[in-house]
Amino acid sequence: MIGGVTVQRLDTIASLKYFTPEIVVVFTMMAVLLLDLVAMKRSRGERRVLIVAPALIGLAVALFYSVRLAESPAAGLFSGMVAQDGFGSVLRIVFLVTSIFVLLFTLHSRELSSVHPGELVVLLLTVTAALMWMSNAVNLLMIYLALETVSIASYIMVGYLKGDRLSNEASLKYILFGAISTGTMLFGMSLLYGLAGTLDLYGIRSALANQEILVESGPALMVIILMVLAGIGFKMATVPFHFWCPDVYTGAPTPVTAFLSVGPKVAGFAVLVRFFYGGMARPEGEAGFAMVGAVNWQAILIGISILTMTLGNVTALLQTNLKRLLAYSSIAHAGYIMMGAVVLSGEGIQAMVAYVVIYLFMNLGAFLVVIVVHNAVGSFDIKDYAGIWRRSPLLTVLMGIFLFSLMGIPPFAGFLAKWYVFAAVIRADLGWFAVVGVLNSAVGAFYYIKILKTMFLEGDDVPEPSSPLELHPMHAGLLLLLAVPNIIGLLLWGYLDRITEYSQKLLEIL
Amino acid sequence: MIPLEYYLVVSAALFSLGLFGLLTRKNAINVLMSVELIFNSGNINLVAFSRFVSGDLDGQVFALFVIAIAACEAAVALAIVMSLFRHLKSVSLEGASALKG
Repeated sequence: MIGGVTVQRLDTIASLKYFTPEIVVVFTMMAVLLLDLVAMKRSRGERRVLIVAPALIGLAVALFYSVRLAESPAAGLFSGMVAQDGFGSVLRIVFLVTSIFVLLFTLHSRELSSVHPGELVVLLLTVTAALMWMSNAVNLLMIYLALETVSIASYIMVGYLKGDRLSNEASLKYILFGAISTGTMLFGMSLLYGLAGTLDLYGIRSALANQEILVESGPALMVIILMVLAGIGFKMATVPFHFWCPDVYTGAPTPVTAFLSVGPKVAGFAVLVRFFYGGMARPEGEAGFAMVGAVNWQAILIGISILTMTLGNVTALLQTNLKRLLAYSSIAHAGYIMMGAVVLSGEGIQAMVAYVVIYLFMNLGAFLVVIVVHNAVGSFDIKDYAGIWRRSPLLTVLMGIFLFSLMGIPPFAGFLAKWYVFAAVIRADLGWFAVVGVLNSAVGAFYYIKILKTMFLEGDDVPEPSSPLELHPMHAGLLLLLAVPNIIGLLLWGYLDRITEYSQKLLEIL
Repeated sequence: MIPLEYYLVVSAALFSLGLFGLLTRKNAINVLMSVELIFNSGNINLVAFSRFVSGDLDGQVFALFVIAIAACEAAVALAIVMSLFRHLKSVSLEGASALKG
């Protein structure tokens, strides 16, 4: 049955076999930590191989297991703390693919060339494992723990360039905003525990449906939802909890920025779906959901979504630093992704996951171009991208593909992503909401085109056409790997549909 | 026995004080102390509700985890403040304004 699979709770031992990817990643993390000590005295190159190769193998093994788990029956693991279902399985694959890419991004990056890479890899693996917990947590305690694990490790990743003032400042801002948001969320969760008497999301739902609580709980539930949204919104970088995002994205090393713009953001959406569809809605009809409780949270989320995409797109128009521009662009995309989460249907959740899968390829691609250009030019300013076309046509064309995809222009995969989301919204009788989304995409096209214009047309007045920009073979390979899904996105439609179909299967634990 | 409301008033007061401190203080260490107040206000709620409302130990276990996590977070935050101090020679948040736009 799509829309909700009702299952029993499994005990700890029986749960372990569904938990293989997480276990593999955690053991890899510990192994890399030890190897890092062994590799201390070796030369730079050897050290790199000793650290990165095992990490890659570990992630690949975890990926293998999570693909196999995707088709296994749903289950409530560890007495109902963690869910194993289609939604979480698809996202688990998304996180593992993201961190494999980001791990390779760190290899030849000018920003990271002066620091020891060992701890960064360890932190990356830690965050990856925690992201997988986050997307599967169905208990308030588990949600909080996973979210904090992701946060604390990513604070360190952002500040990884110890000698760099911007990196330091970015991590300070990140940790202050993060602490406020998660603290507020914790207070909200504690109130929810008081209201419902349990930490289990499904228990909370049945408590909220109780007539006695329903009548009196309106204002309290409103406060609780807003407080919890502070924590989740911080991870998703949605308005009004987006203030950290541009500063942190600018200050952090670019591979870390690329990771933050996909991993924790997507996990934030996973928590949003788990919290609201698990704790505040019950399955209804074929593949629909009905809200439970005295608060119309759908309206709140629609408001946040509209504000987020509008603010992201409009502010991005004014940016001159490409990393900062991509930060605002990722805020705008958070708004689009959220459109799928508000429609209260299995279709909406599928649209959201499909968007996330495509977003992974287009956004990581754009950030890799930023890394490559920074390696060659040493700047993130858009004006320094002038004339890149003459120095490296291939790089410019690839950047064009990623940007057109981010824009949502038809032959590219980004169009497909928006199509999914808008179609789900229209079918939920929220046509006007889809119109807002389309108008926003139109605004978004301006600033993406502006970057391309700089790369193609400007820079003719530079006296001597500078030397061709050398593309490292690994970067070229990665760029092509990221570009292919964007180009043939429309051909992959059926495949994507089949994969993301699983994600409609949200778990119901007895 | 002290009724539930007393605990809730204390925790609400702590939360508000923490939020006030976060918004008004310019010193990074003071801000971190305010964050601790917010975490502990959540803890008081959890333990009080565990005792009065649900009757199980879930809330108290949650509070223990929160204490551990708050310690980790404080450790990381202090490390970051230390390394910022090397750049700015102060722990005032007003100095941290290189990123703007």
